[in-house]
Amino acid sequence: MAQNTTVPTAGHDEHHPESTVVFGFWVYLMTDCIIFGSLFATFAVLRNQFNGGPTPHELFEFGGLGLETALLLLSSITYGFGMIAAHKTQISQVILWLGVTFLLGLGFVGLEVREFAHMIADGAGPDRSAFLSAFFTLVSTHGLHVTCGLIWIVTLMVQLMGTTEIPERMMNKLTCLSLFWHFLDIVWICVFTYVYLASMI
Amino acid sequence: MLGRLSLSAIPLDVPILVGTFIGVLVVGVAVLGLITYYGKWGYLWKEWFTSVDHKRLAVMYIVLALVALARGFADAVMMRTQLALAYAGNPGYLPPHHYDQIFSAHGTIMIFFLAMAFMTGLFNFIVPLQIGARDVAYPFLNNLSFWMTAVAFILVNISLFIGEFSQCGWLAYPPLSEMQFSPGVGVDYYIWAIQISGVGTLLTGVNFFVTIVKMRAPGMSWLKMPVFTWTAFCSSILIMATFPVLTVAVALLGLDRYFGMHFFTNDGGGNQMLYLNLIWAWGHPEVYILVLPAFGVFSEVVPAFSGKPLFGYKTMIYATCSIMVLSFLVWVHHFFTMGAGPDVNAFFGIATMIISIPTGVKLFNWLFTMYKGRIQYHACMYWAVGFMVVFTIGGMTGVMMAIPGSDFVLHNSLFLIAHFHNVIIGGVYFGYVCGMNFWAPKVLGFKMNEAWGIRAFWFWLVGFFFAFMPLYVLGFEGMTRRMNHYDNPAWHPWMLIAEVGAVLILLGVVCQLMQIFVSIRDCNKPENRDFSGDPWNGRTLEWSTSSPPPVYNYAIVPHVSSLDAYMHDKENGIDTRQAGAQYTAIHMPKNTASGICVGTFALIFGFAAVWYIWWLAAIGIVGVIATVIARSANKDIDYYIPAEEVARIENEHTRKLMAQAAE
Repeated sequence: MAQNTTVPTAGHDEHHPESTVVFGFWVYLMTDCIIFGSLFATFAVLRNQFNGGPTPHELFEFGGLGLETALLLLSSITYGFGMIAAHKTQISQVILWLGVTFLLGLGFVGLEVREFAHMIADGAGPDRSAFLSAFFTLVSTHGLHVTCGLIWIVTLMVQLMGTTEIPERMMNKLTCLSLFWHFLDIVWICVFTYVYLASMI
Repeated sequence: MLGRLSLSAIPLDVPILVGTFIGVLVVGVAVLGLITYYGKWGYLWKEWFTSVDHKRLAVMYIVLALVALARGFADAVMMRTQLALAYAGNPGYLPPHHYDQIFSAHGTIMIFFLAMAFMTGLFNFIVPLQIGARDVAYPFLNNLSFWMTAVAFILVNISLFIGEFSQCGWLAYPPLSEMQFSPGVGVDYYIWAIQISGVGTLLTGVNFFVTIVKMRAPGMSWLKMPVFTWTAFCSSILIMATFPVLTVAVALLGLDRYFGMHFFTNDGGGNQMLYLNLIWAWGHPEVYILVLPAFGVFSEVVPAFSGKPLFGYKTMIYATCSIMVLSFLVWVHHFFTMGAGPDVNAFFGIATMIISIPTGVKLFNWLFTMYKGRIQYHACMYWAVGFMVVFTIGGMTGVMMAIPGSDFVLHNSLFLIAHFHNVIIGGVYFGYVCGMNFWAPKVLGFKMNEAWGIRAFWFWLVGFFFAFMPLYVLGFEGMTRRMNHYDNPAWHPWMLIAEVGAVLILLGVVCQLMQIFVSIRDCNKPENRDFSGDPWNGRTLEWSTSSPPPVYNYAIVPHVSSLDAYMHDKENGIDTRQAGAQYTAIHMPKNTASGICVGTFALIFGFAAVWYIWWLAAIGIVGVIATVIARSANKDIDYYIPAEEVARIENEHTRKLMAQAAE
């Protein structure tokens, strides 16, 4: 089946669905991007609707936030190391780096949950004001994505264990997860700047 | 344990629902009994429910759409009958609580489960064949999309008998749809049905976008691509760009309802107009998602029955793409009364009017295709010409409403109802039915009965004018939409005429059912059988393979050298099939139960979330995730059709072609 893409004009692949997987996943991520875009727009509309409740100045503190950001950005680098290992078919290395990425991601989610728990305990939950509804929804949608990414990482680690080579299908899965993980980083940078920084200034 | 669910949720006090339930039960038991009696469960499971073949999925989508039509149309007749009766002190037979659910369900079902399912069915059947591909890019996701749509429709229908459906109209505007004013389960049924089917639709959009970008036959450059595929392509882009916005809008409404948030509530700083902007940023492109493929159908049908190539192929493509882009710039015309000010309203009003230009280009292209053509008045052409008349009227009333000043008067009146039925029935529905008649021989291997098709057309056309022209008048006379009863004697005669129209359309639907029945009964008559694969002297690739096509569509992937590839080959004596060539083994995806499994868990989740049965919702979610992970670990997902088997199937078809040529 390998010799069939010899016709250069149309990229027609004789039904090797895998070859379109990464492209399709990228396209899917763009639709996810629109979900985030809509949530950002919602936040923009509601960001000053405090309803007499707490404002960003009273809520956000940069200490934990900086740590969260550092963990997530670092996890992108470690995932990158994992991909380098994957291209060299060093499976134990791939599993190791996926494990490190998982721990960093878990740390991010843990810090976020802690921040949310504090806010809710202080009476600044998502039902307090439209601003907080928009804040919690946008940030936790990102957090939910990261959590899905964590489940995905574990799944691939288990699937990789005990194998000696990385077939095309597995490489596609690793590449898709890579796109997903870096995409979440970019979204986080937008959340960090637009939700936290811009609200504090 | 059971959340909000108790025996009192079953509406035993509403005789209409009890009657419907008994009817559904009887028919359901009869159908299931027949399947069991004939031992067809294994066949249905193996060949259909778990199938990843785009042709099989297409048929299932269209069956789903026809069931949705039956449900949505029954709602329509009930509404018309209520308004014919409920006049001057007569309350009619539907109390407001029930009536409001009916109009909400009617709109929701007709758009999401009739139109979207029918459209996806046509995409599935035609697009891979037209571009010379053996399947879509992601066959498993295709199966999953179908089941997500199907279970969402099941969820809507469960609401008939357990609890209630939304009473807030088909777009569930807040604050009415908020907990404060709609504490029941109706809006929750609406929310979860939309979200679950939305997943299916989004995946369909991605799937067809990638299929068209990546899997076209060698030589098929963008401007050699058939028009239907172009419209499917633009539609898929619109799906990908707008369905996420719908997901967000409905999810935020859900967060308000489930977690007491304040996105759209009256208090807490919520903003209802945010919901309207979000929902129409999806909603307006949505009507183009639906109508562009209908335009695509006419662009295939009119040339085929005029014996001429399509007039102005390139302008057709440019027009399609302009409509795609412009559809994003008009959403505010759904609420000119918001108070955005004259500048904003003028912008959106003018943008709306501009859409009529590319649409007009298309209309003239079809007319010029017919001009001096050898026109055969096949049933398909009736629907096509009927469309041109009805849709033009609908387009003109649309331009009237695009003028903000007149929209202030006509907004939310029956004039609006008449307008959008004018374009959706005349455009979308006529188009899809036309497409069904046109491609049925390809799908099924036999032609649909023409006499009943033409009867159905006339009843639909005449019925349409009787049912909706009075609504324009009523709109001018000040009658608003969604009224349960009224006292104005001037309105009553028009309502009676509209009722006559509804009955005529009912006869049209009956004719369509007869058409399907008669077509299947007579499918073996020689004049109906299609052995050639090309009953209409078609122009595009799908007509070059057998009817119905083999599972792999094309034994040898065709090479395309011009627009209307198959007509080009026929005119130049080229055998597109390359019969007798050296066949090789064909790599195909295996059927899978993962799609129906995810769908079932999604249904369980949706139902449980509606009724606050949290443990069951957890089972649903975990089930979905577990199935997806299991699918990801499954290595047994493909197989090869051996070259000998391909040769056997192809030679069989060649033999039939020869036999027919010899007659």
